[in-house]
Amino acid sequence: MREFTYQRALDVSGAVALLDADPDARFLGGGTNLVDLMKTGVERPAQLVDVRELPLDHIEVTGDGGLRIGATVTNSDLAAHPEVRGRYPALAQAVLAGASGQLRNMATIGGNLLQRTRCGYFADVTKPCNKRVPGSGCPAATGEHHNHAILGASEHCVATHPSDMGVALAAFDAVITYETIDGPGELPLAEFYLPVGDTPHLETALPPGALITGVTLPPAPVAAHSRYRKVRERASYAFAIGSIAAALDARDGVVRDVRLAFGAVASHPWRARTAERALVGAPADAAAFAAAADAELAAAKPLPHNGYKVTLMRNLVVAVLTELAEEAAR
Amino acid sequence: MAPAPSSTNSAVTLNINGEKHTLTVDHRTTLLDALRERLDLTGTKKGCDQGQCGACTVLLDGRRAVSCLQLAVAAEGREITTIEGVAQGEKLHPVQQAFLDLDGYQCGYCTPGQICSAIAVIEEHAAGWPSAATDDVRPAAAPPPLTPEEIRERMSGNLCRCGAYVSIVQAVARAAGIETEAAQTEGVETEGAAA
Amino acid sequence: MTTATTGTRAVKASVGTAHTRVEGRDKVTGTARYAGEIPFAELAHGWLVLSTAARGRIRSIETAPVLAMPGVLTVLHNENAPPLDTDYMGMLGKPDPTAAVFQHDRVPHVGWPVALVVAETSEQAREAAEVLAVHYEQEPHDIAFSADRPDAYTLDGFSPAVTEKGDLEAELGASATVVDAEYTTPEEHHNPMEPHAATALWDGGRLEVVDSNQGTTWVAGEIANMFSLDPGSVRVRSEHVGGGFGSKGLRAHQVAAVMAATVLQRPVRVVMTRRQMFSLAGYRSPTTQRVRLGADADGRLRALDHSSLSATSTVHEFIESSAGPARTMYDADAHHTANRVVRLDVPTPTFMRAPGEAPGSFALESAFDELAEKVGIDPIELRVRNEPERGPVSGLPFSSRNLIACFREGARRFGWADRDPRPGVRRDGRWLLGTGTAAASFGAGAGPSTAAVTAEADGTFTVRVNAADIGTGARTALTLVAADALETTPDQVRVRIGDSDLGPAMLAGGSMGTRSWAWAVTLAADELRERLALNTGVPPEGITVRSDTTAAIGALSQKERHSFGAQFAEVAVDPATGEVRVRRMLGMFAAGRIVNPLTARNQFVGGMTWGISMALHEEAVRDRATGGHYGADLAGYHVAAHADVPYIEADWVDDVDPEDPVGIKGIGEIGIVGAAAAVANAVWHATGVRHRNLPIRPDRVLTAGGHA
Repeated sequence: MREFTYQRALDVSGAVALLDADPDARFLGGGTNLVDLMKTGVERPAQLVDVRELPLDHIEVTGDGGLRIGATVTNSDLAAHPEVRGRYPALAQAVLAGASGQLRNMATIGGNLLQRTRCGYFADVTKPCNKRVPGSGCPAATGEHHNHAILGASEHCVATHPSDMGVALAAFDAVITYETIDGPGELPLAEFYLPVGDTPHLETALPPGALITGVTLPPAPVAAHSRYRKVRERASYAFAIGSIAAALDARDGVVRDVRLAFGAVASHPWRARTAERALVGAPADAAAFAAAADAELAAAKPLPHNGYKVTLMRNLVVAVLTELAEEAAR
Repeated sequence: MAPAPSSTNSAVTLNINGEKHTLTVDHRTTLLDALRERLDLTGTKKGCDQGQCGACTVLLDGRRAVSCLQLAVAAEGREITTIEGVAQGEKLHPVQQAFLDLDGYQCGYCTPGQICSAIAVIEEHAAGWPSAATDDVRPAAAPPPLTPEEIRERMSGNLCRCGAYVSIVQAVARAAGIETEAAQTEGVETEGAAA
Repeated sequence: MTTATTGTRAVKASVGTAHTRVEGRDKVTGTARYAGEIPFAELAHGWLVLSTAARGRIRSIETAPVLAMPGVLTVLHNENAPPLDTDYMGMLGKPDPTAAVFQHDRVPHVGWPVALVVAETSEQAREAAEVLAVHYEQEPHDIAFSADRPDAYTLDGFSPAVTEKGDLEAELGASATVVDAEYTTPEEHHNPMEPHAATALWDGGRLEVVDSNQGTTWVAGEIANMFSLDPGSVRVRSEHVGGGFGSKGLRAHQVAAVMAATVLQRPVRVVMTRRQMFSLAGYRSPTTQRVRLGADADGRLRALDHSSLSATSTVHEFIESSAGPARTMYDADAHHTANRVVRLDVPTPTFMRAPGEAPGSFALESAFDELAEKVGIDPIELRVRNEPERGPVSGLPFSSRNLIACFREGARRFGWADRDPRPGVRRDGRWLLGTGTAAASFGAGAGPSTAAVTAEADGTFTVRVNAADIGTGARTALTLVAADALETTPDQVRVRIGDSDLGPAMLAGGSMGTRSWAWAVTLAADELRERLALNTGVPPEGITVRSDTTAAIGALSQKERHSFGAQFAEVAVDPATGEVRVRRMLGMFAAGRIVNPLTARNQFVGGMTWGISMALHEEAVRDRATGGHYGADLAGYHVAAHADVPYIEADWVDDVDPEDPVGIKGIGEIGIVGAAAAVANAVWHATGVRHRNLPIRPDRVLTAGGHA
């Protein structure tokens, strides 16, 4: 870890100004990802701008019944908030499925969206990685990849995005708000993460120097009947090998509205729109759920050792939607 | 060795266990290293230094956090509680006493982190926070009882390589006022050897 | 002069009574100091630099820019390091030259120590180590571990490589039922929670090393040998040890710290990072094992063949003797076992909790379950029918063998009698349920030790024995043993351990520590009690009696001496996701005299927890292209977390060895033996699919299919 200067930002405009002056600067939120990456040498900033104490730590119900979540709200506060748990239970569950109690107390919503992949090649500076050192190569495709992407990846990078929270945000059409030196802006989550292509090092559409100020969730009655399920290689405190955020509105055995997003299968939280389209108006039964999953996963391009994720995601879609349908029928 | 002031280090005042400590820290210094290397508060342990084991758990403003990913310079202004600040003088905290009585450890290295974490788990549960083990997280649902399953999930950020999880869970449950499966304590002689 | 009261009052026996740890208060308050936590004035911090090349030579190391960095004091490497001697026999044989750092330019694997950077602060040392440029001349490497390696060879470890009796092929041919299966276990790492840490300093002409290790007699001897020092001039202390599991002997960090302290003439601390531990701390080799069992229709074995292959480095031979358990557990008319090894461009593996027995019992006890299925006999009954009278290979009698008692009592408590043997027929919601069992054994040995017991003038006693308490509860157990031998109460006994100046003693390993130390303490305490019974009074300096068990241990008769156990597990498997959860476990053990039920139960349960972890989680992955690890940290290498471990019950049956003066057999390792097999057998019972490759990851369960 090289030496760096440290400044604590007092307000949003000051934070943005500080970062804008220095391309080698980084915002420091909870530090749960950045400080680790600095220790492993993946990140070597010359300046840290601490934004943890910015007044962005509120969760508010918006006038239309959605939610506005400040960027420095911690994962813990998000998951414990009654409005989150009541209106978007899958979001609370997703956050609770991530990391540990300690890390959730530290990690912020803004940082969670910007966390880097947990690909072991990316995290190890002694190995090649196109995301870390563009053009150095991706050893995963021919090396260890049993927990790498099956959707939306490219030959240049098959890393996955590790966020659980992001999967639920993707399902609920979150919009990211940010501030730059030129003023505020916003990006729907669907446009927030860039396609991998041949530029895996470019991860988000945030303008350079932008500070995430919050996340807005539009109202979504269907979200009240939602669930997050995460499969991992131990029962807790591990990243997903496959996860799903699902919401279902089924009446009289017919799907009225549905939301589906997948985690740990792509470079970003994967909104399963193909499956959603196939389901609206379809019977709320296992056969329809399976067919929708298959439609979504038809685009999957598994590697030799991660083909199980296709089966896993199909099974998760069927299992979780079936549970939600049974609950709705009760 | 204390660094001299410059742009890459700062004088900070850390509020630890109710006492103020003023020192100059290299910005790279984590709270964990400041505690262990600079302030001789070595009860907080370094197990992985990457937020992957929980051995360095302390309480920041009353909430548990891993001190290995917390920069010391960024901890200024926060109320820091370490294992050294948990007991009331000679009287152990109920969580400490339960770990001692129920043998909630072996080598003892993860223990301060487990204890700090457990103290927070009991408080988080009392505050109504759900966990990944909670069936229904909606606020309308009744708050989950602190079952062994809930304790296990909530304590999962603290690895114990000796494999003392079973007795740790029993200790947390006892401290929380819940009895679990067969906490084997009948006839246990308390600590004590010639000093 | 005061009058000692020992022997004059009736005192309740301490051994056998649950007693909280004597150092427990220090551990729960954070005041127990581990190796890296003892302050020294003028302390400098060393940071190891490890090779990124898997095979080749160091061409050059650019030290000048690093030496110019703030706070940097020195860089030690192969061109300036003091010479070391590795041609000696230590307590456990020839040393692994990996610890003899910076002696040449050869690089035998990724993670080989190539330099030590020493600086005023750890932050400065870390940054300097990160930017130190080391240039290599790389050669093609070979890390491909597989069963069909033509260059594998048999290698004796602490037991012979090969045992053979009978005509294997003939007996297999004559068998009504044959199981022939290959099992694999992955590379596994100890990962004690406390990283390896050492501080070295010269003090008045003596070298002192404050360390975290499993035996300071052992480590002090290695350091004296390696640095060609008079053994009396080396003192190693290791008061509290944050776990070891076999990994904490002489390693690169102590040697590098001693070198730097010698060069700089100030205290130097070297602590391994968690990532470095994956290369420097040793590990359990991967294994591939073939087990062939041939049985008559009644389940009696005619043929048993267990052949195991493990890996070692190109610089040192270590063998994971996984074919060993069969030599104790089961007899057959034809009985063959063989341990082979292949040399690869990888770090040297080492002892890891139940070396040989842990992976070997997974294969053997899984194969037994497969045999039970094939012959249609209950797995416990099958073991009863194959219970040997004498050591299957040695022909020696067992000192005691209470395996069947463990199975009978375990089966009763676990509810085994109600078990439906059919696989894949029990469901609880999304979960398929199954139960499994397996047998366990572990050798019961002792190593020579010395002890000194002092009757103090104030009526208390001081026991000095160079034990290591790596979490086993040895300090407390020795307090109880001494109290009984002295006919006093534990609160009158203080036990000093973890200091090579206390005199030679066995290390904490092979489940032999507490037995070995207790023996020495008992000898000294018995004699002291006799002396005190003369009522001559205690002078101000106390009365000290010393003991040495070398002769007594040498006089033990030749027998098969082992602990035994029966493991039971119930698992739930979600066939839709491949998740496996252990719902409950029970271990019944016959492990000699149990000194402290509180800590002993914790030891057994800890071992069984390791079994869950081994069965479901642990696996270090090597990247073929670079030869280094993929995900070498505690997020990449999963050990069981709280949520993975259900309530586990461990208990024991009476197991008395009348010949043994202490009656202790050792309990540190047997808990893991057979545990992974019990879990794997339960997974079969749940799903109908055999999992012969550990760990049983969700992707493997999903890919293997089975009842859904």
